[in-house]
This record gives sequence, structure tokens and C-alpha cells, in this order.
Amino acid sequence: MSNQPQSRNMSPRPPVSRHGGTPVRIKGEKLDFKIIKRIFTLVDKKYLFLMALVFVCIFITALTSIASANFTGVLIDDYITPMLKNKSTDFTELALMLVKMACVFLLGIVSAFCQQRLMVVISQGILREVRNRLFTHMQTLPISFFDRNSHGDIMSRYTNDTDTLRQMISQSVPQFVSSAVTIVATFTAMFAKSIPLTAVVVVCVVFMMMITGKVAGNSGKFFFKQQQSLGDVNGFIEEMITGQKVIKVFCHEDKTKKEFDEKNAELFENTFSANKFVNILGPINNNLGHLQYVILAITGCVLAVNSTVNGLTESSILFLELGGVVTFLQLSKSFTMPINQISQQLNSVVMAMAGAKRIFEVLDTESETDEGYVSLVNAKRSENGEITETPEHTGLWAWKHPHEDGTTTYTELQGEVRFFDVDFGYTEEKIVLHNISLYAEPGQKVAFVGATGAGKTTITNLINRFYDLADGKIRYDGININKIRKADLRRSLGIVLQDTNLFTGTVRDNIRYGNLNATDEEIIEAAKKANAHSFISRLPQGYDTMLTNNGANLSQGQRQLISIARAAVADPPVMILDEATSSIDTRTEALVQKGMDALMKGRTVFVIAHRLSTVMNSDVIMVLENGVIIERGTHEDLIAKKGKYYQLYTGAFELE
Amino acid sequence: MIKRLSKCIREYKLPSILTPVLVSLEVVMEVLIPYLMGKLIDDGIKKGDTDFVVRTGILLVILCLFSLFFGAAAGITAAKASAGFAKNLRHDMFHNVQGFSFSNIDNFSASGLVTRLTTDVTNLQNSYQMIIRIAVRSPAMLLFSLFMALGINGKISTVFLCVIPVLAIGLALVVKNAHPIFRRVFKTYDKLNNVVAENLHGIRVVKAFVRENEEDKKFRTVSEKIFADTKRAENILAFNAPMMQAATYACILLIAWFGANLIVSTGETEMTTGDLVSLLSYVMQILMNLMMLSMIFVMLTMSKAAGERVCEVLEEKSDLVNPENPVYTVSDGSIDFESVSFSYSGEKGNYCLRDAELHIKSGETVGIIGSTGSSKTTLVQLIARLYDATEGTVKVGGRDVREYDLDTLRNEVAMVLQKNVLFSGTIRENLCWGKEDATDEEIIEACNLAQAHSFIQEKEDGYDTYIEQGGSNVSGGQKQRICIARSLLKKPKILILDDSTSAVDTATDALIRKAFSEYIPETTKIIIAQRISSIEGADKIVVLDDGGISAVGNHEELLSESEIYREVYFSQQKGGKDGE
Repeated sequence: MSNQPQSRNMSPRPPVSRHGGTPVRIKGEKLDFKIIKRIFTLVDKKYLFLMALVFVCIFITALTSIASANFTGVLIDDYITPMLKNKSTDFTELALMLVKMACVFLLGIVSAFCQQRLMVVISQGILREVRNRLFTHMQTLPISFFDRNSHGDIMSRYTNDTDTLRQMISQSVPQFVSSAVTIVATFTAMFAKSIPLTAVVVVCVVFMMMITGKVAGNSGKFFFKQQQSLGDVNGFIEEMITGQKVIKVFCHEDKTKKEFDEKNAELFENTFSANKFVNILGPINNNLGHLQYVILAITGCVLAVNSTVNGLTESSILFLELGGVVTFLQLSKSFTMPINQISQQLNSVVMAMAGAKRIFEVLDTESETDEGYVSLVNAKRSENGEITETPEHTGLWAWKHPHEDGTTTYTELQGEVRFFDVDFGYTEEKIVLHNISLYAEPGQKVAFVGATGAGKTTITNLINRFYDLADGKIRYDGININKIRKADLRRSLGIVLQDTNLFTGTVRDNIRYGNLNATDEEIIEAAKKANAHSFISRLPQGYDTMLTNNGANLSQGQRQLISIARAAVADPPVMILDEATSSIDTRTEALVQKGMDALMKGRTVFVIAHRLSTVMNSDVIMVLENGVIIERGTHEDLIAKKGKYYQLYTGAFELE
Repeated sequence: MIKRLSKCIREYKLPSILTPVLVSLEVVMEVLIPYLMGKLIDDGIKKGDTDFVVRTGILLVILCLFSLFFGAAAGITAAKASAGFAKNLRHDMFHNVQGFSFSNIDNFSASGLVTRLTTDVTNLQNSYQMIIRIAVRSPAMLLFSLFMALGINGKISTVFLCVIPVLAIGLALVVKNAHPIFRRVFKTYDKLNNVVAENLHGIRVVKAFVRENEEDKKFRTVSEKIFADTKRAENILAFNAPMMQAATYACILLIAWFGANLIVSTGETEMTTGDLVSLLSYVMQILMNLMMLSMIFVMLTMSKAAGERVCEVLEEKSDLVNPENPVYTVSDGSIDFESVSFSYSGEKGNYCLRDAELHIKSGETVGIIGSTGSSKTTLVQLIARLYDATEGTVKVGGRDVREYDLDTLRNEVAMVLQKNVLFSGTIRENLCWGKEDATDEEIIEACNLAQAHSFIQEKEDGYDTYIEQGGSNVSGGQKQRICIARSLLKKPKILILDDSTSAVDTATDALIRKAFSEYIPETTKIIIAQRISSIEGADKIVVLDDGGISAVGNHEELLSESEIYREVYFSQQKGGKDGE
């Protein structure tokens, strides 16, 4: 067990700080009204018209409710009192007025209904838009984003956080508009009645708003924390439930429960605090309204008495009649009511702000950059050997390379890969691959061997540009891979990963994932090559068997066979097999190998494996250690050399 | 459903009861305040009596303070009660999930459980707060106003009695139609979560195959479905508010007509204008509160679906339960399979493991080999009673596994799963899953056995290196070795390695086996492997083929007796004699 080189930490993925030091989790605690503005930028143009319609509806509804508030006064002053005075029994005028009123009310009801219906379309439409945008943007994010963030926490943004927007859009916004209408109408009336009393109202309202702002600010802080805790709990549940079987095997249920209870308690604290502040806001504002009423009554009374004693006339701004005080008090009541209603809505606004913030955090994460301009096209070879672009599928592919001088050249896709002095690190400080130079001729099988963590997977991650190089160059068919469009580059590379990931859908769908245009025959053909056909045929519904939970109903080896078939159906010129057969028994593997050899004839293959039987017949074997290629050659060469490969092969030494 | 859910109130009973009480007191204040305000106007302002106004004003301020106090207190208790209720719901669900058996887990999808524990609970929490606050307040106000209205003029108040039943029928129709759609919406939410979760887990596959657009399409389909269904459900709910308004306005107009007639025809003897004003203001109050009630109705409709989903989790019973008088000690590491058959669905006939007969002595090393899908994993899962045999008995230490206490059994039978998972946390924390209070020496010893110590030590933070979710920052082979060390810490009587060294190189694999035979000779070791070299030296090798045991024996015996074994052996020998 001697000969242990100091293996540097060569994690195949970036080392990340603990507590998921995510870029997404920013500590934001203050209320930020800019966010509200940004929420509205999410509203699609096509909803602007509907939005305008909604406002019209709200306006009508608000006016009808003002009319209904004035109805009592009109009824008594203009109809009943005169009728009593005249001892008239002619009710036609009253009936006429009631019919008119009924029409107004009907209009109000219809517009309320329209408003509700339209609002459903708008609010649900915005939610859909937000979710879609979130997902579309997420697809463009670099792999490192997914390494860093807890899956459950990201999922929480699609559900819990997006949902916070719903209430704000569908209830708070309409409430604001209708309250504004009422406020403006009553304020004008109040102003006409008495300026000094109006001043008192304004002072009171400003005071109310200050308190509301303070309380809402406090609750905002906790709402953000609540959404964060919710994401945290979501993340924990997701991770634990995915690993539930391991928990069982270790009888770790109690410990997990305890840990959950802690997170749950934290969520409770934050929810409690956030709701507490919102809940006391109502009573505070309500009673401040009452207080204002008392103050107005006293001031009004003093003013009125003063007017009579000093004989003021209507021209004085201090003039007030006793009857005027009564009317004013009524008005002030209808003035503070909408203000109260708005403050009741603050809760959902604050929550929406917290949710929106977390959504924007994801939307603001920068996309994977792709400055590539070389694209992959179908090509055909003319008689003189020249390659030209063609729209139909020929099986021949070419790189279309536009140059600065306006000319375009076509290079046949062959699958030649060369590394020139490549250095790479997941973080800038820590370089994990050093000076890697290698070449793979088209049609060669190149194998990487080495101890776990030597950097094998990392090399393949660079070819398909999951990560970018620190230094050096990789050329693909002579083209710098940075110049190739990422999508085209990846399309030309078939990859089978160590961790199989199958999606919910039938077996057929999962294989077709490799090539969406594949016919059923091609799918069966690929499954046969991967030696998956026989077990698939034995499944209850054959190729139409539904796979759920990452193919939980299959064995690990069967999952790998399906993912090999998936890569096979893509029929790519270059194939990367990263421990693709580790869970497949050797007999089956030999059969798979045979199928694959036939498939990969004339194509380049990169193989990573611990099982030497898998790599033995490669054209070139590279032995990696600590991010450096220490040996290269064929199986025979390396055995003869009696170096690391020999040791590894004979099991004489441990590599780490 | 309500009965089951209300069990989760527990320690929050006090605030849950206190809230309605406080709310009722607040309602009393709120009824008194307008009454005093009326007096203030009639007896004070209209008469210009400043003194009276000031006195009543002070009284009002005092009442306001009381009202504020009750209101705020109710707000706080309501927040506490509802947040607490939600906490207990999540607690109960999560704890119940922990008791699920493997087959229970297979039944629920992970994303479905996540939505139930978060989104559904949040819905219930909001409804609960609504119920204890407003559901008390509104009926109280409603009753009070109705009472007052009847007091003023019984005949005219019959208008209410006509309108309210119509309204009730309307509301019932709305709820009845909206509820099934909401249930569907929640199911679609599960799907949405599932699409996102699968995308997150398989992002490398997505990117490698350049399937971002297809994933996007998949997501949009679900997203579209949520949009369509929610729209339908909410469109039905949209009838609510206009219906309430129609009722209000109808009442107002009817009362105005009849009231005016009554007043004018009797010359204010049976009813005064003042009465009419009050009556109309009560109409507003009654219908405002009816409106509130209808909102609660809407909330309840939505949360009924959520409640049902939560109850499904709460009521799911684990199908593997402890026996009545469990055995707490496992005498030794012997294992016996007595004509065991098994099917995951529990149905007889469609077995994936048939008639297994196998006897393993304590301390033996047993290798299991077989082609992909030949039920190797199924066989060993029965030993730790992760599933129950459909037929026959599995014995450990001479006793049926169903007689043991589950924890005892699983602590003695350590299993390294094929699809193993590391949890986010430090390496040390992950290792301590095997033994909570493991000392450094124990940890290092276990890691030495699993050949993990050296690479862990070379990491920057050593045993305190942080592992990301799913162990994404250690390589496959490193992950497997940490998982083995974690199981070793349990110091089990039986150790099962289910293809647990597939990503470990041959040399290290050999060292692990060597360490096992040297340091833990008494432990029964069962090794499932693909490489013959991993099991060659075992005391007993079991060859599985298509769900049945095809041969048992040691390496030499099998080489001469088993066709399958021979074939596997030679396929691995090809190309180099001293190979794998």
C-alpha cells in the first residue's frame, strides 16, 4: 500500500461552500417597491387590453357602489320626505327611480362579473407566463447552477413563490383601483364641505399610513424569511424523500424526524411573525378610523358652535353648519373604509414581493454563454469531392463555418478531437486538470483509466462544454470548440452517464429522447444493439411500459441498458461512455459491446471505466493521475511498460 | 377528513379557542361603537352640545382601545393557531412518511409528497386562520344585524328570508362544480413538480442531448393544463361576487319599495324614516357578512381538495409493522430462505423471485452473481425485511424476520444499496448515520476498512468536507466507499453489498474484501457483484438466473457444474489471464 501519491481533491464537480452558499439565496429583508414594478413588466402585452377592460369594469363597479351608498339619502330626501309632506300616494315616480336604480345596479353586477372573469384570465395568464419564463430561463443556465442549488428549493419557486403572485394580481390590484376611485370621489366631496376638517382627515390618514408602512415593513421581513424557510423545508423534504430507502436501511427515521422538526419549527416562527403583523394591522387601522371620527366630531362641533356664535358666513373657510358636520362625518367614514381595505391587502402584496424576489433571483442568474457561430448542417458530397449544404437528411454532416470575409467553408464532421495543453478548475483557485494534451483520430476508441477522482469525468465534461477551460484549446475536426454552437456541439456527441436519469414516460419515449425523429423500428434496432430488447419485451407492456420515479420499477442494470439505447438511437459521430456499463453483468456487457462496436465503426468513442475488460481493446488508453496524463498507449504497450497501468491491471497497488 | 385534520391542532387548542372568543369581544365593541357614534350625532352635534360630544368622544376612545386590544390579540392568536396547525400537519405527515415501508414509498411519488407537505398545507393554514377569525366574526355580525332588522320591522325583514335561501343554493352549486376541478388542479401541480424535479435531476442528460426545447415543451404542456383547469375552476367561482351583489341590491330595492309604501301609506305610524335608514344600513351589514362567508366558502372549496390529499398521506398505514412481541436480539448472522417467492405487487403467480431455497451460516462470505434483472437485489432486500416475502419464510439468526423488531433487524442487517444516496452535510455527518455517537477512531477504522480514509484525508477539509445534495461533488467510486464505511459503522451481524463497488477500481475492491475477511470475520457478508474477481474467494456463490437460484457452490464447484457461471467467468478472462 505504498506508492500513494498525494491525490489532490479532484471532485468531478465544483466544490461548493456549505449551507448551499447559493447565488440565488440573497439575504434581502427590506421592502422593495421596485419589485412590484418589475412584476408588472412580466405582464404580457396581450393582456394590456384586457387589463384596461378590467379597469373600466372596476370603475363602473366602484361608481355603482357609491351610488348605492347615496341611495338612502336620495330615497329619503327626494322621495319619501316630499311624499309625506304632500300626503301623496302616487308611487309612480318612486317606482321609476327604483327601476332606474335597478338598471344601474344591474350594470354594476354585470361589470363585476366581467371583472372577475377577465381577472381570472389575466392572473392565471401571468402565473403561466412566470412559470414558463422561469423554466425556459432555467434551461439556459450553466451546469454549475444546478450543482449549487437544492432541487427542492428551486421547485418551491415554481409553486409556493409563484402562488404568492396570484392573490396580489387577482385581488389586491382590483381593490387598489376601486379604492382609489372611492377615495377620490369622497375626498372631493369632503373638500367642498370643509377645508379645516379635511385637513384633520389628511393628518390622520398620513399618520395611519405611517403606521401601516412600519407594520407592513416588519411583516415583509418575515414574509421573505417565510418563503425562504418554505424553500428550505421543500428542499429538505425533496432530498429526504428521494433518499427515503436509505433512511430506512439505516433506521435513521428518528434523526430525520428531529432534523425536520427543527426546520419546521423555524418555518412556524417565521409564518407566525409574518401573519401576526398583518393580522394586527386591521384592528389598528380600524380603530384609528374610529379615533379620527371622534376627533372630527369634536373639532366639527367646536367649529360649528363657533360659526354660530361669531356669525361666520359661507365665505369663511372656518364656516360650518351643524348639519354639515353630520354629512362630513358620514363622508369621512366612506373615506377611511377603502383605506382600510387597502391596508388589508398589504399582506398579499408583501407576500408577493417576497415571492417575486425569489423568482427574480433565478431569472437574474446569468445564462450559459454561447458565442459559437459554427453550426452543424446536413451535407452531401458532390462528384469532385466537395461538400455542400443540403436540406435533406443524408447521414453526412458538416460544420458550416462562416468567415469574417463573408465566405463560408464546410468541414466534414468526422469526430477528431484534440486537446492542446488544457488546464481546468471548477474554481479559479484550484486547477484540477493540468496540461492535458491528447488526440483522438476519427474512428478511434480512446479510454481513460485511473483511480476514482483522477479527473476522467472532468475531461469529458469539457468536450461537451458543460464547463469552460481555464487555459489551452480543444479542437474538434480542427475547429476550436468555443466557436461551435453549444447545441450543435452537444448534438454531435452521444453521452451515457454514470448516473442514469430516465424520465416519466414509456420505455419507447425514453429511448426516443436520443432522437425525436426515430421510427419505432429504429428504436427497437437501438434497443437490440444495447441488448435491452429482450428484457423490454418481457416487461408487462413491452415498449409501452410506463416508467416513473426514474425507472424505479427497473433494476439499475436495466436502466443503464435503456440509457445506452437512448444514446445509440441518437447515432452520433462521437460517443462518450462514462461508466456506462458499471451495473451490467459482464456477460450482458460483452453483448452490448458487440452491438456498440458495430454501431461505432468509424466513429470516435471515449470510454471511462474501472472494469479493465471494458477498456482493454481500445486504440489508445490514457492513464490519469491527479489531473495529469501519466501514461498512454495500447493495452499491450502499457502492460509491457509495467507502469501504473500494469499495477492497476494486476491489482498490485492501490492508486490512491 | 375534518376529524383527522383537527387532530393536528393539539397544543394550539388554546389560541384556537381564544381567537373566536377575542373576535366575539371585538364584535361587541364594534357594535357598541357605531351605536355611540349615532348618539354622538343625534344628541351631541345636532344639538350643538360640545360638552356631550367630548364626553361621548372620550368614552368612544376607551372603547376603541378595548376593541384594538381584542382585535390585535385575536390577530396574534389566530396567526399562532394557524401557523401551529400547519406545523403540526407537516410534522404528522413527515413522521408518518418516515414510517412508510418500501412499497408505501413506491406508491407515492416524491414530488407528490413534496406538494402535499408544502402547497397543500399552506392552503389549509390559510383556511384555518380564515375559519377561526372571520368564520366567527361574520356569523356573529350577521346574526346581530338580522336580529336588529327583525326588531325594527318584522314584516319587511321577511325579504331577507326570501333572498338568503336562493343565495345558499347558488353558493352550493358553485362549490359542487368547482371542487372536482380543484382536485384535478392539485394533481396537475404534482405533475408540474415532477417535470421540474426530473429536469433538475437529469439536467446533464437534458443538456447532453440538447433537449432544452423539448423539456420546455413538456413543461409548457403541464403549465397550460394548470392554466386551463384553474381558469375553469375560478370561472365558476367568479359567479360568487356578482351573485352576492345581486342579492344585496335586490334586498335594497325591495326594502326601499316596501318601506316607502309602508311609511307613506301609514303616515310614519308603523315605520319611521329613521327606521328605514337603519334597516337599509343593516341590509348592507348583513350582506357584507354574507359576502365574507361566501369568500370563506371559496377558500374551503379549494382547501377541501388540499385537505383530502393531506389526509391520504396521514391515513396511509405502513404495510410492514412490528410484531406484537418483537424480538430485540439477533442471535447470529445466519440466514435461511425457505421456499421463498416474491412479487412486488403482492399478487400470487406473477413472481419475480421463485422458490428460493438458500442457507447461509453465520460468518460466511456469500457472493451473488446473475445477469441484469435476475432479481439479485430483490433477494437480498428480503433479508432486511424491506419487503415481506409473498410466500415462504426468510429467517435470520434462526428466526423468521417478521418476529423481530424492525429497527433491531435493520441495525443488525446493514445493507449498502445499489442506488445509494449521500445527503447534504459533511462526510462525518453522513458517516454518523451508521452510528450516531461514533468516535473519531471508530470512523477512521470504518473508513480504513472501506478504503476511504486516504482520499477523505486528502480533501481540503478532510472529514468535514461538505457533500452537496446527492453527493454531486464526490466521484462515483468515492461515494460508494463512503456508503460502505457508513454501513460498517453499524457493526452489523450481516453486511450486504448490493453491487456497491462497481465504480471502485479492481485493486481497491480487492483491498476492501481483504480488510473484510481480516477485521470482521464474524460478520456474514453477502456480496452482489458483476466481477467474478469480487466473489471468487467467497465461501459460497449463488448464481441467479431469471428469478430463480440456478446453482450454489464455491468457485471451483461452479466452474465445473454451472454453465452460466463458466460462461461469465470466461467472458471476463478473455484477453488476459491475470485480468479481472
